[in-house]
Amino acid sequence: MIINHPLLGPRDSSEFTYLGDASLIDRPDWQAENAAEAFYEYGYLRDNPAGKHQELWFHEAGDRSWLVVTRDTTTHEISKVELARDLARARGRSK
Amino acid sequence: MRYSGFRVIKEALTGHKGWKPVWRDPEPKAHYDIIVIGGGGHGLATAHYLSKVYGQRNVAVVEKGWIGGGNVGRNTTIVRSNYMLDGNEPFYEFSMKLWEGLEQDLNYNAMMSQRGIINLFHTDGQRDAYIRRGNAMILNGADAELLDADQVRKEHPYLNFDDARFPIKGGLVQRRGGTARHDAVAWGYARSADTHGVDIIQNCEVTGLRIENGKCLGVETSKGFIGANKVGCAVAGNSGRVMGMAGMRMPIESHVLQAFVSEGLKPVLPSVITYGAGHFYVSQSDKGGLVFGGDLDGYNTYAQRGNLPVVEDVCEGGVSLMPMIGRARLLRMWGGVMDMSMDGSPIIDRTPVEGLYFNGGWCYGGFKATPASGHCFAHLLAKDEPHPTTTVYRLDRFRTGRMIDEKGVGNQPNLH
Amino acid sequence: MTQNNRLSGGQIDRNTTVNFRFDNRSYTAHPGDTLASALLANDVRLVGRSFKYHRPRGLLTAGSEEPNGIVELRTGNRQEPNTRATTIEMFEGLEAQSQNRWPSLKFDALGVNDLFSNFLSAGFYYKTFMWPAAFWEKVYEPIIRRAAGLGSLSMEADPDEYDKGFRHCDLLIIGAGPSGLMAALTAGRAGADVILADEDFQFGGRLNSETLSVGDQSASDWAAQAVAELSTMPNVRLMARTTVIGAFDHGIYGAVERTGDHLPTLPAGKPRQILWRIYTKKALLCAGATERPIAFENNDRPGIMMASALRTYANRFAVTASQRVAIFTNNDDGHRTAADLHAKGVHICAVIDVREDAPVNYDYEVLSGAQVVNTKGRLGLTFVEVALPDGSTRTLECGALGVSGGWNPNVHLTCHQRGRPVWNEDLAAFVPGSNLPVGLTVAGAANGVMSTQGALQSGMDGAVEAMELSGKLPDLPEAEDAPASQKPFWYVEGCKRAWLDQQNDVTVKDVKLSYQEGFRSVEHLKRYTTLGMATDQGKTSNISALAIMAEVAGKSIPETGTTIFRPPYTPVPISTFAGRMKGQEFHPTRLTPSHYWAKERGAVFVEVGNWLRAQWFPLPGETHWRESVDREARQTRASVGVCDCTTLGKIDVQGTDAAAFLNRVYANGFAKLAVGKTRYGLMLREDGMAMDDGTAARLAEDHFVVTTTTANAVSVYRHMEFVRQCLFPDMDVQLISTTESWAQYAVAGPNSRKLLQKIVDPDFDISNDAFPFMACGNITVCGGLRARLFRISFSGELAFEIAVPSRYGDALMRRLMTEGEEFDVVPYGTEALGVMRIEKGHAAGNELNGTTTALNLGLGKMVSKKKDSIGSILSEREALVEPDVLRMVGIKPVSSEEKITAGGHLMNSAGPVDAAHDQGYVTSAAYSPILNSSIGLGFLKDGANRMGEKMRLVSPLTDLTVEVEIVSAHFVDPEGERLRA
Repeated sequence: MIINHPLLGPRDSSEFTYLGDASLIDRPDWQAENAAEAFYEYGYLRDNPAGKHQELWFHEAGDRSWLVVTRDTTTHEISKVELARDLARARGRSK
Repeated sequence: MRYSGFRVIKEALTGHKGWKPVWRDPEPKAHYDIIVIGGGGHGLATAHYLSKVYGQRNVAVVEKGWIGGGNVGRNTTIVRSNYMLDGNEPFYEFSMKLWEGLEQDLNYNAMMSQRGIINLFHTDGQRDAYIRRGNAMILNGADAELLDADQVRKEHPYLNFDDARFPIKGGLVQRRGGTARHDAVAWGYARSADTHGVDIIQNCEVTGLRIENGKCLGVETSKGFIGANKVGCAVAGNSGRVMGMAGMRMPIESHVLQAFVSEGLKPVLPSVITYGAGHFYVSQSDKGGLVFGGDLDGYNTYAQRGNLPVVEDVCEGGVSLMPMIGRARLLRMWGGVMDMSMDGSPIIDRTPVEGLYFNGGWCYGGFKATPASGHCFAHLLAKDEPHPTTTVYRLDRFRTGRMIDEKGVGNQPNLH
Repeated sequence: MTQNNRLSGGQIDRNTTVNFRFDNRSYTAHPGDTLASALLANDVRLVGRSFKYHRPRGLLTAGSEEPNGIVELRTGNRQEPNTRATTIEMFEGLEAQSQNRWPSLKFDALGVNDLFSNFLSAGFYYKTFMWPAAFWEKVYEPIIRRAAGLGSLSMEADPDEYDKGFRHCDLLIIGAGPSGLMAALTAGRAGADVILADEDFQFGGRLNSETLSVGDQSASDWAAQAVAELSTMPNVRLMARTTVIGAFDHGIYGAVERTGDHLPTLPAGKPRQILWRIYTKKALLCAGATERPIAFENNDRPGIMMASALRTYANRFAVTASQRVAIFTNNDDGHRTAADLHAKGVHICAVIDVREDAPVNYDYEVLSGAQVVNTKGRLGLTFVEVALPDGSTRTLECGALGVSGGWNPNVHLTCHQRGRPVWNEDLAAFVPGSNLPVGLTVAGAANGVMSTQGALQSGMDGAVEAMELSGKLPDLPEAEDAPASQKPFWYVEGCKRAWLDQQNDVTVKDVKLSYQEGFRSVEHLKRYTTLGMATDQGKTSNISALAIMAEVAGKSIPETGTTIFRPPYTPVPISTFAGRMKGQEFHPTRLTPSHYWAKERGAVFVEVGNWLRAQWFPLPGETHWRESVDREARQTRASVGVCDCTTLGKIDVQGTDAAAFLNRVYANGFAKLAVGKTRYGLMLREDGMAMDDGTAARLAEDHFVVTTTTANAVSVYRHMEFVRQCLFPDMDVQLISTTESWAQYAVAGPNSRKLLQKIVDPDFDISNDAFPFMACGNITVCGGLRARLFRISFSGELAFEIAVPSRYGDALMRRLMTEGEEFDVVPYGTEALGVMRIEKGHAAGNELNGTTTALNLGLGKMVSKKKDSIGSILSEREALVEPDVLRMVGIKPVSSEEKITAGGHLMNSAGPVDAAHDQGYVTSAAYSPILNSSIGLGFLKDGANRMGEKMRLVSPLTDLTVEVEIVSAHFVDPEGERLRA
């Protein structure tokens, strides 16, 4: 597969290490009332869609960016690649 | 119809006119006591044990394609019960015992061949872990043997002992492990289930689950609605999709595992061999092909195919471990979609939806589990309580912290 | 032997004669031959035996689709089983053996199977061999396994080298027949970067096999001219002997180039084959078509071949399989073979055409509406029996029969991403479907365009479309443009044994039996009968079998289904996929800067991941490793030892939020760590399990140096980047791995400070007061060399770790050894390191096994609940904090003679020994030279409350039971007085 890195252009997927669903960005609030349940769901439950999937890839043999790749799990077609950091900020993550 | 050598001879002499279809091709009834979704190894085994052991007579298996077309038809055929953890070993040993009597139980030759399996180790740390595992196997009533490097060399002189980057220091052997003819397992279970009255309905895709007031009433299919008192889901890599129809998110991701077969060769490998320093395991089929595999491609997918880097990685491991296979040719590669769970161990349990039961999360170890998975799922469906060997395969174990993590890699499915 | 079956013409080099051997007999051939054409030239028709019935078999085809003509090529450690004679390029000295026969090809004992074939029908083995159960492994299976298989491996390591490479292009054209060449000309002239690949050693495809003309040239001359033009284009790369084996994601194609298989011996340093990954913008499949057979009684005898193959042999290789040839066809193409052979002086016995309206010919007899109903000739065809329309039969004496049942497009690569071909009624064949790999289009016969003119046009159109060309296009030469339509004729009615899959011995009857028994899906058919599973993957048999299944089922072919193809297109040596990553090169070997120093000292090395680390340093006279290890540990504890710990992961953490960041990453607190101090840190995974441990040293307010274990250096760095980029993207913190940048050494033992004081520059005070336990700082050594010093201890002794830039590692080690002579300094390896850390009760990899929590490790108090840190919440799940969870303990034998075994399980001192009564297990064990006893670390249920308890350590695997006592894990200096000294 080829991942079109937003900074570096097309790179072979073998330069990357895969983590999983980009929902891993949405780490719950540790002080929330339901933190135990929220962390369980965050840690263990997945949509696992047959179709478009936002997922985390780490450019391990490259610039060490974490990327969020939108890829179809039935065709492997990649429709979008973003820096995870940008997406994390857009989802309201900060410090 | 009972199969035997005598029968084969008789049919041969009378023009093979007497052979009957191995299973019927029924239209679905309006309602069943139990519907099993998925005509793969586990679904068909469930049907067999439901009908033969648990006396259920009104059972259907619904399959979206042709039976045996999922992972039971695309695996590396290995059978073993060499697990380390208390949650797993009793279950897999139960499965092993069922394998040992399978042909007689089914009257079908699934070619269960107990040629042994060896897991090689290359470091002291691996050796220690294998000793722990071998001890756990023996303490659970299974068989295990520890070989040192010389003993491995005696049994497998063709392995790389001269020029290995990671020298072989020994191996953990299970002599009762081996291989079985994977397609025949599916067919044998299907034939038996059919004989015991189970309707096996092929080309019948489940398109929805009818759930009212928290209770599952049956399945919507490409052949219409089929009602059921209980619905059991045994769809391996499609677990996420089917359970998604019930609005459930599962502790499962779907990944592809590629496998490979070489051209036919005269016998070279006496047993199943697993490399401890690379992604490679191999056995030789009765037809002579080297059947081998390695690691997952690593990304979520529902496509039954993989990519070149893993092919190369597996072959690198293969040639490093056994340099004499280099000039054998890889004939065919294929991919199976694995229901990778969050701790690498399976789930056989009720679900929050009444009447809906789940069997999945087999990762890439489902084949060897086929008999016990079927037996235990049948137990759960028939009696509404877990079989004693599967009490730990709970859906909520991640919430309570009772993971069964053989590899110790945690909640990242592609590492299991 | 002379080449009796050689004809005139052809594209072989008659001026050169080469010698080869088949089954230990010598023959001659010419460059340009394949082994197959050379065997035919020498009148060798019998080349192999089938898989199941061991029926005598000859060549069926002239290409890579060959099911029968497979041999063991070369000898010794280069023996290569199952090699297609039809693709083996002739070279001087070639040696090949037939296979799957014993004692000889002409007399094969297992030929007896054929007599019992009626008992060995499809799937018979599923119905028998079940009794008695134990007989399967002992009796039945060994017999089956010996009889099965095809060729043999030499059982020696493959001596050749293989390479891998990457190529990029605008357009990959797969196949260099008329459509491929025309596409390459079109795209090449337009300036596109083109790769044209063909499995054959000669470009041209069918053009080389035909007597047709293209423009005013012969077809093969036109091909040669096109190749000549292409080879002058700098933007076109021609790859002959290159099979595109698979279409993978995102326009990546796998291709295997056979760079050395046609040579008698490989030039030094040259690879035998190269695996290319070709990255394409677009690809055009011009793979042509494969002729399909007609099944009839005894259609598998040597001499019965595809009609198009006979034509290839005659026109390209100037060879006929026999001087007397008959043709059996259902289409006009079969007649072409007759005409071409006739023109070359071969006697055409008759053309048997199933059609009533077969074309008339005055040169030889054409039997219209006739069918071949049987053949004779045990080891080679002698007679064919023909049923005529009037009901009579005729026997023709001939040595070869060319069979043509029409053509199937080679759609294989279009299926590699699970696209399905579709049935084309006019062609009576499957053509590429709509669901192709992205970027791939299909031209020529592969797309169902069967005429030469059509193929040229289609190739040009394909290139234009793929490259979006406009403007003037090349003129197309005129060529044969016969209309393509096929009326299918799959098999002759009433036959008893008519072969479909010749290698696996699957007959028409087997397909019918498969249906009768309910194996009606195409996939069931294949799996039940083994059809299409042989080395040729059913290239000549799948479609016919499918058609027969459809007929039996009373359905159309599309209703019955189709089968798709998987990579590779043709089989590929496992070595080719492995490339150079084998033997010592399987994984890279990482060496520390002082590796060669250690080697000089005679160190024994051990693989730790990809690193090599010194395991111990034997001295002369030491005969057992324990002697060396005990000495190293003793001497370190007595005076001073030095250990290379460069392999530990090192991560530089900088930024104003560095402390806050580490506070999140580590379970214990770091926010308040003072500058100049180091702290032990426990890192959890988000699921609450211990991930790694190490230290973080605060060199400045905004600068930490983190160490990780050797094994987890990569994954910890990845994890920290995940936390930084994905979870806390606004933190001002930067990470970089500096593992390779610093050489680092542990200097441990009561004299360690004295030793270091000799090399640390006088500006830096490292006395206990100025540089206490857990201090850290930037210093200089040896007169100005920058270094980092950490006062941390893994051994429990007064100890330091000193780091210098990597290139000074070797020099520093040598200096420490020299300066340390007065203290009797000892270098110690990983074993002594392990002994001392077990004595001290430090958890390491065996304990941090991914299933242990901080609580299990006895570090529960480290997990701060006052802050947000990774893993904190999930570590509190109910099962992880139950009162009797496993706790790390020390274990020692009651009798010091006994040995602790890592991997052993702990059982109560009385009661049953089984899994249900398992209390825990031993993770690490060592012999402690200080305590003169074997000791161990392990996990025990409720272990913290069981100190002093006597238990049994059992290891049935190694046949051991030892009475042990549970003790604190801190065997040595539990109060930590030494390390604070």
